[in-house]
Amino acid sequence: MPRRIFITGYGIISCIGNNIDETLTSLLQSKPGTGRIRHIDTILKDELLVGEIPKSQEELFAMAGITPVEGYSRNALLGIIAAREAFLQGQLDENRNLKTGLISATTVGGMDRCELYYNDFLTNDSRNAHIDAYDCADSTERIASLLGIHDFVTTISTACSSAANSIMLGARMIRTGRLDRVLAGGCESLTKFHLNGFNALKILDKDPCKPFDQHRAGINLGEGAAYLVLESEESLEKTGNTAMCELAGWGNACEAFHQTASSPDGVGAFLAMKKALEMSGLQATEIDYVNAHGTGTDNNDLSEGRAIEKLFGESIPMVSSTKPFTGHTTSAAGSTEAILSIFCIQHQVIWPNLNFRERISDLSFSPVEKLLTGVQVNAVMSNSFGFGGNDTSLIFKKV
Amino acid sequence: MADAMLPSYIRKINMDQIITSYCRIRDNEVIVNDRLIFYQENIVKFAEVLKSVYIQEQIIYPKFYKMDTISKLGFLATELVLKEKVLEGYRPGAVGVVLSNSSSSLDTDIAHNETIKDRSSYFPSPSVFVYTLPNIVIGEICIRHKIKGENVFLISEAFNGKMLFCYVDELFTNERVDACLCGWVEVLGNKYNAMVALVENNRPMQGTPAGFKPLLFNIENLNLIMTRN
Amino acid sequence: MEELIEKLKKEVIEQLNLEDINPDDINPDSPLFGEGLGLDSIDALELIVLLEKNYGIKIEDPKDGKKIFHSIRTMAEYITEHKK
Repeated sequence: MPRRIFITGYGIISCIGNNIDETLTSLLQSKPGTGRIRHIDTILKDELLVGEIPKSQEELFAMAGITPVEGYSRNALLGIIAAREAFLQGQLDENRNLKTGLISATTVGGMDRCELYYNDFLTNDSRNAHIDAYDCADSTERIASLLGIHDFVTTISTACSSAANSIMLGARMIRTGRLDRVLAGGCESLTKFHLNGFNALKILDKDPCKPFDQHRAGINLGEGAAYLVLESEESLEKTGNTAMCELAGWGNACEAFHQTASSPDGVGAFLAMKKALEMSGLQATEIDYVNAHGTGTDNNDLSEGRAIEKLFGESIPMVSSTKPFTGHTTSAAGSTEAILSIFCIQHQVIWPNLNFRERISDLSFSPVEKLLTGVQVNAVMSNSFGFGGNDTSLIFKKV
Repeated sequence: MADAMLPSYIRKINMDQIITSYCRIRDNEVIVNDRLIFYQENIVKFAEVLKSVYIQEQIIYPKFYKMDTISKLGFLATELVLKEKVLEGYRPGAVGVVLSNSSSSLDTDIAHNETIKDRSSYFPSPSVFVYTLPNIVIGEICIRHKIKGENVFLISEAFNGKMLFCYVDELFTNERVDACLCGWVEVLGNKYNAMVALVENNRPMQGTPAGFKPLLFNIENLNLIMTRN
Repeated sequence: MEELIEKLKKEVIEQLNLEDINPDDINPDSPLFGEGLGLDSIDALELIVLLEKNYGIKIEDPKDGKKIFHSIRTMAEYITEHKK
């Protein structure tokens, strides 16, 4: 019998809230957090709608409890804020003899500060601390040293599935006995670098995104950080923590189709969801809700929708994308949505797919339109798909 | 200590998997399964090494020219590995890819930044941007060889044979993978270094390549391939 | 028009990194996408950049690209019509 993996803590920051409570409140009020860009000086400032956290660098320093000093990226500060919230709830500061790891995902890394100084780097040495923070591992290392996690520390970078892959790797480290508990998740801040890149791909919606809608027009990029505490059963006995739910299954597959586009029939999405389902030991009919990747692009939603149809056949569970709330937080999306999925199990709710009007003509199902409360939610599937065709699906189950 | 008490990565000492083919590309030379198949002293530009190897090996895949440098490097190394040892017979979902490096996609990130830094000449290129992720090289390899299993790109300061071994070992042990490409694909400017190895179960599909004695899949042998002159 | 077609062939080859293709290999009336040159959706976006960079023509909706980029000739015609 493989070791079971339990979730005992979480922490989150995004445009809909600076912590768990605020996030939950926004969701329960069906209140999205997207708006115009305020903290990045970009040519696209007035053009795009994004899920930016309405905090300046100084405010984030204060929230992170750190004296402002150069070398901290916005990304690292977001990571520290969310990771610490999870750390404290999971009581990782106790029982230091338990083998504890940190697995953090990011793809843009310290780009947000770096890009402010890169262009005159050769003529101006005064801001080199920002350049040093460019590395993806920089935010991870800062979180690890601040929280005193040393047994295993690593960074995962697989685009928009990164944070789901952190959780998956964390679970495996526990299952194979290498670690007792893991702080796993991801952080990502908005940058000119990827706003411009996504814009060049012409997949950004200038208005609030509408996943799974016939007239969807693209993504609202977002930023944030989210971390979960994963523990083995033995660890639970020592820490005395209460399990919020169990991570019952995970699956990762490669699309092998295109650098950035999903295949028309969603083969990678299907394989990942199928693997996760098989591992969980659940029947397809036992999944109560799918928190879809649902980016709002033409390509993703049709592809993912078809994969969902193929996997669930006649009995498609309730489906929604929560990206209209948070924006697409790319490398933090997997753990952000994992937490939103866990909320569903804890509070017996299902989040609405905001901005939905009309079903995609090629799909047989529509997403959930209004907030549902008092519903039985025992098992939730959370999807995260990344460029490169890296697709991951996680299943959380009530204990 | 009883065997069963040890973590699986120590317990098995890996008699189950072998490296059936590998390729290493660095310093203007290409080694495939211990044989030097390409060497040119005078090339100064890394891009020329890539193109020369592509032409010498008579690979026909026009998309190659559209890839960024890291994808070209990973693609070529994999192409040469699988030229020696075909990957037929496996379910697409049972083949994994685990690659690593230290500079992520920085080489291409710099190229993308060049296109957006000047507002008077602002033309971000979609075909450059799509490569500003380290795992796109895996995507390209998977597209070429129809691989659909788990894929991950790991970043560490230097080549870490233990990390690579542990990840791949876990895929074989618990994730029902039957074959896995793994290695290191690093590019930054003119500095580059690649090693890609094919790991298979002890009785691989399609046998083993002629003239190469498969190596046991373990940390020592990964390090050996990486450092061998 | 013929001059523009020849120029466009070279520009397309350069912009899309079609290193193993010569301008003479491209028939100005053959479809650019599908079998022809093996171009994909990213190439279509790249052609939008080409029009903007070299001819000052902006295409907002990538779906319009389908008609414009049907062949080198349709591209040339579009440029002649819209060039500022």
